[in-house]
Formats: sequence, structure tokens, C-alpha cells
Amino acid sequence: MGAGPGGTLLARYVPGTSAVHRLEPHLKLVSVLAFALVVVATPVHAPWAPAAYAGYLLAVLTAAAVAGVSPARLARGLVVEVPFVAFAVLLPFVAAGPQVEVLGLSVSRTGLAAGGGLLAKATLSILAATILSATTEPRALLRGLERLRLPQVLVQILMFMIRYADVVGGELHRMRVARESRGFHGGGLRGLRVMAATAGSLFVRSYERGERVHLAMLSRGYTGRLPTGAVSAAAPGAWAVALSLPLAAAAVLLAGMLLG
Amino acid sequence: MCNKLGGVHVPDGFLDPATSVATGALAAGTVALALRKAREELDDRTAPLAGLTAAFVFAGQMMNFPLPGLPVSGHLIGAVLTAVLVGPWTAVLCMTVVLLVQAALFADGGITALGTNVTLMALLAVVVGYGVFRGLAALLPRTRTGVLAATGIAAFLSVPVAALSFVGLFAIGGSVDLPLGTVAAAMTGVHLLIGLGEAAITVAVVGAVLAVRPDLVHGAARLRTATPLAGRPTGAATVLR
Repeated sequence: MGAGPGGTLLARYVPGTSAVHRLEPHLKLVSVLAFALVVVATPVHAPWAPAAYAGYLLAVLTAAAVAGVSPARLARGLVVEVPFVAFAVLLPFVAAGPQVEVLGLSVSRTGLAAGGGLLAKATLSILAATILSATTEPRALLRGLERLRLPQVLVQILMFMIRYADVVGGELHRMRVARESRGFHGGGLRGLRVMAATAGSLFVRSYERGERVHLAMLSRGYTGRLPTGAVSAAAPGAWAVALSLPLAAAAVLLAGMLLG
Repeated sequence: MCNKLGGVHVPDGFLDPATSVATGALAAGTVALALRKAREELDDRTAPLAGLTAAFVFAGQMMNFPLPGLPVSGHLIGAVLTAVLVGPWTAVLCMTVVLLVQAALFADGGITALGTNVTLMALLAVVVGYGVFRGLAALLPRTRTGVLAATGIAAFLSVPVAALSFVGLFAIGGSVDLPLGTVAAAMTGVHLLIGLGEAAITVAVVGAVLAVRPDLVHGAARLRTATPLAGRPTGAATVLR
């Protein structure tokens, strides 16, 4: 499960005091979303697109350097992309349209641009999101989402999920230890039955825990709202810092459109 | 995570902006409706129960099952499992929250593609899967086997339905012209296999919960019959005296 001392979800957070760490969480969310929008809006088939991707990469790596997020941490964030790398690599071979020669192989011109574009866009957005999760605690992220007017109930569900993910994951881990200490080896249909019984009792325990948590909340005066902590109003300076990443990307995009 | 197959999370830039905006609006509308409906089902228990169920789905997705004949292992997606266990509206919320956490904390699934991912895995998989489940459950006999058979078929179908919907979205808003027939065939082939794994584990888990706490299985509510209580024997009072 790879859970660190702080658990599965907190393992993504790298403590620090950089300018990015100190930003209000909702500003960081807006910034990453705006950056992803600019990246997505880049036309794939424009001849200047590769130059624009390089510009975005420079911007996002600068942000990572300011935030003190190590290259190793960024690389680990990219692991989620692996299935799509396979897809993007296949694209030039299966897409229709005029063919070009690359390294002695005949590939589709549009497929090449599209595959490269997909890969570049996904990678850039994942890098930005990795910086967000490395510099923002899950609880701060919740405050940010609440500040951005995500419905109260959804924020509360998220909060419970984040708080209890490690508890439920820990229960699963203890069940695995118990199973294996009784000599269980996975695999085959028999293994599936045992895993299913594990998952079934995990559900029953999680649900019953939910009921107990609800009763405990009621006895402490729960009225349907939860205090998540105040989010102070962001200073104009903070907005400027947060928006520098998407603005730099937008400048690259604009330059490409005007000059390209 | 690289050798696990399951719900494929669409990254940023995969579909054109118009398609992303459309699926985003659809997802937002559905989640708003689900928030209201789930409150009718669970009232102020919504937050803790849906939150804990989402944590369960999140942990359950870490469990792998072997795919016969393939070098990769599959993992549970859990849309039909959650819908049968806690009801479709709560399931939509749980799956949405899991996708949101995966996008925000793990960069798994693009931020601008969140609406697409919610539409595919929290909306279509749950709605189609639960619809199939209810339809079959009405036709099949009202027994444990009937409920489990309906669950299995629904779970099996939910996976290729989500995959084919993704191919459909790609046909509308994809950035490349691909031979769509080939893509659809390949996606369906792989996802039929994943669907088998999903069905096997979903049936086994629902069966395990039915054996222990049948009252917690939302989809099996019709199996429950009021336990007939034996009336107090009329002569009892006189015997005691």
C-alpha cells in the first residue's frame, strides 16, 4: 500500500515553507485549473505547438523549483500516466491520414502530432497537479474547495473520506496480516472467495463505523454543518503569485498564436 | 500502479474543450441531483455514511485480482458494488468523491477532464449498472441467487459500457481521426475481460455482506420479510401464576 507514517493520503504532502506552500489553497486550485485550461487549449496540429509545450514545461518546472518539489517527487507523480503513454505511442501507427517517414518507419503525420500532443498535455497537467498535492495538505485542499463554493455536503463527504481512508486502509492491512499469518496464499478461485469475504467485512465495518461516527457527532451537537476552519481573504499579492503560472503559460500560448 | 487495469482515468487534453464542458455540465447536474436524493435516503447521516463508503471504495480499489492469461492484474472499479450496497444516489456521490480525491491528490485523471471521468465512472457505470440490476432483479426469482445473478450481470456490463461510452466521447470530441471500429473492438475486448473480474468480485463481496448483514444491502431490500413473531401463548399467564 506504500503508506508513509502519515498514511496513504498524507504521503503525497511534502512539508515546507516555500511561497507556494504559504499560498491560500483556493488560489492554488484556481491556478492549477487555469494552467491546465491553457495547456488544453493549445492547438495540437499547429507547427509551433512543440515550442509552446517547451515553454509550459519551463514555467511548470520553475514553479516546482520555487515550491521546492524535488525532481524525484515529480517523476513519481508521473507514474499514473503510464497506460496513456502506451496509447499515445500507438497513435502514430493506427491513425489515418498522410504518412511520413520517421526513423525508417512509416507513420501517420496527424497521428504523430496528436500522440505527441496528448502526451505533452497530460504530462504538463500532471506536473502542475503534482506540485499542488505536494504543497497542500488534504485538509487545506478541503478548505480551498469549500471556499470555491463546492456544496457543503460534498465537502463533508470528502472530509470524512480523507479522514477515514487511512483508518479503513489500516483495517484492510490488518486483515491481510491476519490472513497471511494463517498461511493464506492468493490466486485462483479460492483466493477470490477469501478476498471477497475480506472486502465484505471491510464494507460492514466501514458502514458500522460510519453509523457510530454519526451518533458521536449528534451527541456533540452536529446540525448538518461542520467547522472546517476559516480561510482568510487572499491579498492581491497572493493572487499575483498564484496566477503567475497560468499567466506565463497564457503568454506562451499568445506568443505562439501571434508569431506562429 | 503501472501493471493494474481498471477504470481508465481520462487525462487533460484528451477530449476537445466542447466535449469536456458538456460532460462537466452533465456531471455537475447529476451530482447536484444525487446530493438531494441521497439526503432523502440518508438525511443527516449522508456525510458520515457516504464518506466512509467512499473510503471503503478507495481501499477496495487497492485490492488486485489476477486476470487469467494476462500479465497484468485488474482492480475493482466498484460502481455496481457500491450502488447495490448503499443505493444508486449515494453511490454516485461516493464514486465522484473518490475520483475527485484521485484527481486532486494523485493527479490520476485530469482536472479539466474531471467531468468526463465522473460522467463515465460515477454516472454511466452506476446508472446503467443499477438499471440493469433492478430490471433483472424484477425478472429473476426473489432469492439470494436471483439478487446475486442480477448483481453479477450488472457489474459485468457496467465495465464495457463505461469503456464504449469513452470511445463514443472520443468519436465526438477526440483530437485524432482513428479507425473507430478497431479502437472500439480493442477496448471492448479488454474490458469484457476486466468486466468478468469485476463481476466475480462484486458477486462475491455482495454475497459475503448478504451472509453477515443482509439488512445493509440496499439492492436486496425485497428479500427481507418481516420476521413473524410468535404470539404469547394465551395460557402462559395462568401457568406462571
